[in-house]
Amino acid sequence: MTRFSALSLLKNAMTGHKDWEPQWPDSEPKQEYDVVIVGAGGHGLGAAYYLAKEHGITNVAVIDKGWLGGGNTGRNTTIIRSNYLYDESARMYDHALDLWEGLSQELNYNVMFSQRGVMMLAHNVHDVQSFHRHLHSNRLNGVDNQWLTPEEAKAYCPPLNISKSARYPVMGAALQRRAGTARHDAVAWGYARAAAARGVDIVQNCPVTAIRRDSNGAVEGVETARGFIRAKKVAVSAAGHTSVLMDTAGVRLPLESYPLQALVSEPVKPIFPCVVMSNTVHAYVSQSDKGELVVGAGTDQYTSYSQRGGLPHIQHTVAAVCEVFPIFTRMRMLRKWGGIVDVTPDRSPILNKTPVQGLYVNCGWGTGGFKATPGAANVLAWTVARDEPHPINAPFHLDRFRTGRLIDEAAAAAVAH
Amino acid sequence: MLLIHCPYCDEDLPELEFTYAGEAHIDRPADPASLDDEAWRNYLFIRSNVKGPHYERWRHNHGCARFFNAVRDTVSDRFLTTYRVGEPRPDLESLIGKEGRE
Repeated sequence: MTRFSALSLLKNAMTGHKDWEPQWPDSEPKQEYDVVIVGAGGHGLGAAYYLAKEHGITNVAVIDKGWLGGGNTGRNTTIIRSNYLYDESARMYDHALDLWEGLSQELNYNVMFSQRGVMMLAHNVHDVQSFHRHLHSNRLNGVDNQWLTPEEAKAYCPPLNISKSARYPVMGAALQRRAGTARHDAVAWGYARAAAARGVDIVQNCPVTAIRRDSNGAVEGVETARGFIRAKKVAVSAAGHTSVLMDTAGVRLPLESYPLQALVSEPVKPIFPCVVMSNTVHAYVSQSDKGELVVGAGTDQYTSYSQRGGLPHIQHTVAAVCEVFPIFTRMRMLRKWGGIVDVTPDRSPILNKTPVQGLYVNCGWGTGGFKATPGAANVLAWTVARDEPHPINAPFHLDRFRTGRLIDEAAAAAVAH
Repeated sequence: MLLIHCPYCDEDLPELEFTYAGEAHIDRPADPASLDDEAWRNYLFIRSNVKGPHYERWRHNHGCARFFNAVRDTVSDRFLTTYRVGEPRPDLESLIGKEGRE
């Protein structure tokens, strides 16, 4: 693997950038691996990278039904933050944020991580109270978060409408300055490149159709479109399709899969310096480095695998954006898309061992998995390598739905992640 | 926008008039006190989340406000049928046959 540096850029500039090597090989699957990871998104590729780097396990394949990074990794709105209410979530997402801060250097790949701040708007008394509860909880957990008055919020994000005559006036905002965005595709590419350099096979366009168990009930391998692949351990990190696949291993999960939509505008000059989220009117906006406004819409009310989503949500979101940022009323939207997100009853992920020996699962991230990518990948690798959870993901076990020990971010955060 | 046939109003109406109400045919336990934790988990949290024809409940809350059941293909979002509460679960084979296996 060629290391990226000013020198290598200069050298390749001399030859017209025609001599760059492929960043990772498109591998054919071997018959047997120590670990097979299903799902080549950021989480799966990252887990392979950390397995190789931190645990010395390099006989690993990451298998995807499509192209790497072509699922929810390439479909999200790239927002990264860690100001979650509960201790377990705060530790998980702050672990991810710690890793985000050094990720470009670690991978020698620019993931364009930008700590431009995420501002969450409060539009009514309930929002104000609930955000203050979050602020206090975050401070106790050492998580960065601060309260802004409407005027301070406007100073931080000038396009914001703080008129008192608005239908839902801005009454204040919670700002996490450490939060921000990253280039989602680059995260998948960076992990893929770094994992492949350490010997991990990345197998694309190879749907895994079932998980096979031996006569003792332990994992034996996976059935794929290119035949059976034997594996000592299998980790499933397949987002919206996780429950379909886990069913084949006889593990039923408390998951429902919903379409979540996003859209982008035509590109314009830099106008929007941060990320703004408003749960109450349901608008999420940031501006990509290309200049497009990136807008997050909601999930459809019904479960679906269609990767489309309904138009009413787009209309609703665009109306909310125009309400909060009247400056964008004449902005044209370029395209919209949907991804299938797997939602748990308590809106917290399941990242742990399963009742099946050698089978691990990383799922249930719902509408907010991108921000957790490095952290989830890191502790998933730990869990697979040691056959026991890392202290950070230990509370995110499947058994909590039996014991009732939920991590109820559903009640805490309503829809927004 | 989905067009949904309300079996009570007998009309095809836009999705916005309706609320999704989760998987259908999940019976409330007859004797809740006798259930152990695992049975409660299965009742409360485990859903089939099928990729394909899915039995589900809807409520026509901006119309007749009544709950009804539906079979919808979760890959195409196409409704195979809707039927009233209390009617038996329709046979999937005959439904798919009727639709010509789309």
